[in-house]
Amino acid sequence: MARDTYLNAGRRAVIEEMQRDDAVWALGEDLGRGGVFGQYKGLQDMFGPARIADTPISEACIMGAAVGAAMTGTRPIVEMRFSDFALCAVDELVNQAAKARFMFGGQMRVPMVVREPIGMWRSSAAQHSQSLEAWYAHIPGLVVVAPSTPADNLGLLKSAIRCDDPVVYMEHKNLWALEGDVPEGEHLVELGRAEVAREGDAITIVTWSAMRHACLRAADVLATKGTEVEVIDLRTLWPWDRDAVFASVRRTGRLLVVHEAVSVGGFGAEIAASVAEALHHHLKAPVRRLGAPRIPIAYAPALEDRARVSDDAIINAVQGLIAPRTVA
Amino acid sequence: MTQAANIDTERLTGLLQLMQRIRAFEQAAIAAQKEGLVLGAIHPSIGQEAVAAGICTNLEQADLMLSTHRGHGHTLAKGADPLAMMRELFGRAGGTCGGKGGSMHIADFGVGMLGANGVVGANIPIATGAAHGLKLQGSRQIVTCIFGDGAVNRGPFLEGLNWARVFDLPVLFVCEDNGFSATTRTATMTGGAGAGARAQSIGIPAIEVDGNDLMAVDTAARAAINDIRAGMGPTLLHAKTYRITGHTAVDPATYRPAEEVEAQQANCPIARLQSALTLAGVEAARLAALHTEALHEMTDIAAQAQATDWPDPALAYADVQDVGNPAERAF
Ligand SMILES: Cc1ncc(C[n+]2csc(CCOP(=O)(O)OP(=O)(O)O)c2C)c(N)n1
Repeated sequence: MARDTYLNAGRRAVIEEMQRDDAVWALGEDLGRGGVFGQYKGLQDMFGPARIADTPISEACIMGAAVGAAMTGTRPIVEMRFSDFALCAVDELVNQAAKARFMFGGQMRVPMVVREPIGMWRSSAAQHSQSLEAWYAHIPGLVVVAPSTPADNLGLLKSAIRCDDPVVYMEHKNLWALEGDVPEGEHLVELGRAEVAREGDAITIVTWSAMRHACLRAADVLATKGTEVEVIDLRTLWPWDRDAVFASVRRTGRLLVVHEAVSVGGFGAEIAASVAEALHHHLKAPVRRLGAPRIPIAYAPALEDRARVSDDAIINAVQGLIAPRTVA
Repeated sequence: MTQAANIDTERLTGLLQLMQRIRAFEQAAIAAQKEGLVLGAIHPSIGQEAVAAGICTNLEQADLMLSTHRGHGHTLAKGADPLAMMRELFGRAGGTCGGKGGSMHIADFGVGMLGANGVVGANIPIATGAAHGLKLQGSRQIVTCIFGDGAVNRGPFLEGLNWARVFDLPVLFVCEDNGFSATTRTATMTGGAGAGARAQSIGIPAIEVDGNDLMAVDTAARAAINDIRAGMGPTLLHAKTYRITGHTAVDPATYRPAEEVEAQQANCPIARLQSALTLAGVEAARLAALHTEALHEMTDIAAQAQATDWPDPALAYADVQDVGNPAERAF
């Protein structure tokens, strides 16, 4: 194990996979200078401008070109800067990349990774802060990944690059600097497998991306009050690890889903509904979701914070769910 | 067509035969749709066959092509099996896409035909990316991307052409200009001089050609393809043509004056090539036989398609994705 940042772990994943497989290349705006956050720093020197390709500001064409390039035997890594800008390329991702293999009867595959950083980072306002993972989880054909730790960013990105399906890979902008233990040799994390980030028997919290850390902080506080919370980091949203979530909820009888994205139509709704459908006999309390209100994300911190799920909100939600039910 | 005496009549007779087969294929498909055997929307290219034939005859099988919602002709010309194509239109097993795509998503990767596309203009960035992939791998293959005149008003046209120029990619862009975007005359919705001028503004050479003149398309396509293969980067071929039928097989196309359609019927590429070949001394009976042979071939193919089984319903879950279980929440 070595200490490294979430950013460097992702960078290492790209380097290792590009060294392993000549077909892997990356394309996006400003990659030559290292990408917006430095995730590609130095890579153009290592691999040359053809494999770390600077592109025009043409999100639709970046995505569409990756589809064509994937069809012809290469494995592109698409850099979209922010998930917000990937909206300029929704046709290319949703109508083309996700469907081509099926629509053409399995004649080919579209092995591409679309890196779309998500999430709030202070005062970036409504067009640079969104978490849009639920949109893609809704689309048949796409794999959706949202890593929350440096080790997972290494292992999941490597698995995503090796995957033959199109993968929407959503790193959290506020986690780039996060440090953590990262394994030294070859490290792969299987897509579709959750991690139990903390064990507990009072309630199951299902979360992903940056909210993992808020949930763990909240769990620490709750532990001092005698409530042991189980925190499951989903890591992959499609396919999501139903077995891990169901096994935990069967034991705890309680579920809270926490995500940063807007609650309405969020992926938490899918998990809550699945658990309610399948496990209602095991439930000691109603399932609950915690996410953002349905407002665009504001610039001023005082307003921005209204869209943020706080540690306190998580603590309150847990306490509400484990409090003995009062009889009316 | 005044130099009729100098033309390669054997080669051109072969191309006439291809055009007749494309037309007969679509006529059989239209007839089948009227009987409720071909479902969804089909977009015939009757009247536009010279574009498909004139371009594809200059491509190698390994070259790649992407097409539009009006792609039967391009696909046949690229070498796809008409029976597999017809099965696809009928939604049957053994269709080019196993019955999952239908007319609008016809594709045969085995002959380099990477798919018709139901989204106007969407194939332009994909074609550009395919060329980018080929270039990265040091291939000598080239990519042809055919789109309608309506596509030039969408962003992906600008983005794709710019990209192809910036990376000097081996792509032949073909604007198959039939004058209409569905029921609207494209000219009324297009600022400036259109496809060629827009390509030139990006630094891409543009050639305009009479798309109903097979020999003109053939000559222009050959020159462009040679240049592209020689490494000169992208070219745009603007082929002006006309679709004789409606936008779809069920569109009566009442938005066009009857005289216009009649005049275009006389100008149709098959009629024009036939008279050129007759003038050059090819026997009229031989040319007429090509027509009846094509009709027989495609009627027979439609009957075979009709007699083919439906795909196994379980295949609805196949080829969605490897990761995850597509049948997970099936009821
Ligand atoms: C992005 C998009 N918008 C609208 C449509 C509906 N539509 C299908 S074909 C068509 C007209 C296309 O015209 P053109 O590109 O000139 O091709 P043509 O049909 O004339 O061959 C339209 C509007 C579509 N398929 N895709």
